[in-house]
Amino acid sequence: MIALLLRDLKLAIRAGGGFGLGLAFFLIVTILVPFSVGPQSALLATIAPGVLWLGALLACLLSLDRLLALDWEDGSLDLLATAPLPLEGVVSIKALAHWITTGLPLVLAAPVLGVLLSLPGQGYVWLVISLLLGTPALSVIGTFGAALTVGLKRGGLLLSLLVLPLYVPTLIYGAEVARRGAIGMEVETPLLMLAGITAATVALLPFASAAVLRVNLR
Amino acid sequence: MIPDLGKYADTVLSAYAVSILLLIGLVVFSLLRGRKVRTQMEQVEQRVTRNG
Amino acid sequence: MTIAAKANSVWEYANPKKFLATSERVLPFFWVTSALCVGIGLIWGFFFTPDDYKQGSTVKIIYLHVPSALMAINCWLMMLATSLIWLIRRHHVSALAARAAAPVGIVMTLIALATGAIWGQPMWGTWWAWDPRLTSFLILFLFYLGYVALWQAIDDPDTAADLTSILCLVGSVFAILSRYAVNFWNQGLHQGASVMRAGAITGTDTEEKVSNVFFYPLLFCIIGFVLLFIALVLYRTGTEIRARRMRALLARERVGG
Repeated sequence: MIALLLRDLKLAIRAGGGFGLGLAFFLIVTILVPFSVGPQSALLATIAPGVLWLGALLACLLSLDRLLALDWEDGSLDLLATAPLPLEGVVSIKALAHWITTGLPLVLAAPVLGVLLSLPGQGYVWLVISLLLGTPALSVIGTFGAALTVGLKRGGLLLSLLVLPLYVPTLIYGAEVARRGAIGMEVETPLLMLAGITAATVALLPFASAAVLRVNLR
Repeated sequence: MIPDLGKYADTVLSAYAVSILLLIGLVVFSLLRGRKVRTQMEQVEQRVTRNG
Repeated sequence: MTIAAKANSVWEYANPKKFLATSERVLPFFWVTSALCVGIGLIWGFFFTPDDYKQGSTVKIIYLHVPSALMAINCWLMMLATSLIWLIRRHHVSALAARAAAPVGIVMTLIALATGAIWGQPMWGTWWAWDPRLTSFLILFLFYLGYVALWQAIDDPDTAADLTSILCLVGSVFAILSRYAVNFWNQGLHQGASVMRAGAITGTDTEEKVSNVFFYPLLFCIIGFVLLFIALVLYRTGTEIRARRMRALLARERVGG
């Protein structure tokens, strides 16, 4: 399992796209927001948590179609399916690799981009915590979507259509934690809900992803 | 014939119009597609039984 | 013994031929009764009910709004059930019924959303509010779109049936999660409940709030919509079965010839 994880990470680093593209997209979205809504810092501070969460979510979504497609094309997915490692484990590792290459950089970059949007000082901690808790769920749900559309030629747009509704609960609770944190309200309830969703998706969704992948590999 | 709907006449009528149009559209579309598929299938079936 | 026999008799309809024959026999009944019920309900509601003292004549929209909203949700439940049956017992008719029902669900959701918006405009002064109910319906609409899009994207019917069934199961869980999340989120934004109360029109308190004058025509409409849904799904499932058979025949012809 660790070998597979290391292989995926190495591939992502060598290909270069995995790390850079998501981050660059996140950066550009965040920079474009003041252009579209105006530079008033009071307004930016109000919407900063939501914008950062949405940017991170879209950046995550953008990198999903590469998650399984490359392995599908060169046939290594068939090899992995016949390997002694259960397919549930394979998709979990894939999701983990995706999180490390996409989710984690986003979490680390979010505070820097928060400065650009004049996020209030008390909001940074909660922004990072909420993203840290929420992005694994985004990766796992995304893996399910990628597994659904892996055999399709132009699956990218369909992938977005399928995955975005599934992102709704995570986005709501995650952005709510960041928003409440920024204005100094208590964050316990949404934080618990966010953690619950992440725990449940990480524990259960790989089974669905593996089932879907088996159908597609048939 | 149409009852007095008061100042909300536009609202009520447009709601009914939209819904009934959508419903009729759904039924008509279903029937048309059903008919098309049925004739196509019968043609294919005849061809296959003749050949096979 | 009798239960087993009964169970067998239900599963007989999983045979496409048997399903087609039976649905053909009962379809006229459903078409006629649904047209009658919807007709009676709408005409009764539109022409022969008084205006509400508060909402004026807009209350007449309820005869379209409530039944379509009910069917939008029940259609998803039916798809969930048929998807489960497909995954467990592998009856093609079941998967095809789910496929046939989805566009009906889309139209029902659209009617509920459209009549809601038209109704909301004079009542709340806005076409759209991010009320939990409205938002949940919008999310449900997105789920329907994704489901139908997945069906259309995949060529192999069995693969498509498997994938959409799993999507339906996962989607159901997330739809319920979203419902609660949306409830939480809106209360977090608006402390007031002015929109929430208006949204409650579609809820269980309908029967308590709406007096009998409005309730009986509404009942006709609801029954009519249920019958119409059954008729449409039976008919469209028949279409899907034929389309599937045609594909199979064509494939065999290509291989053989």
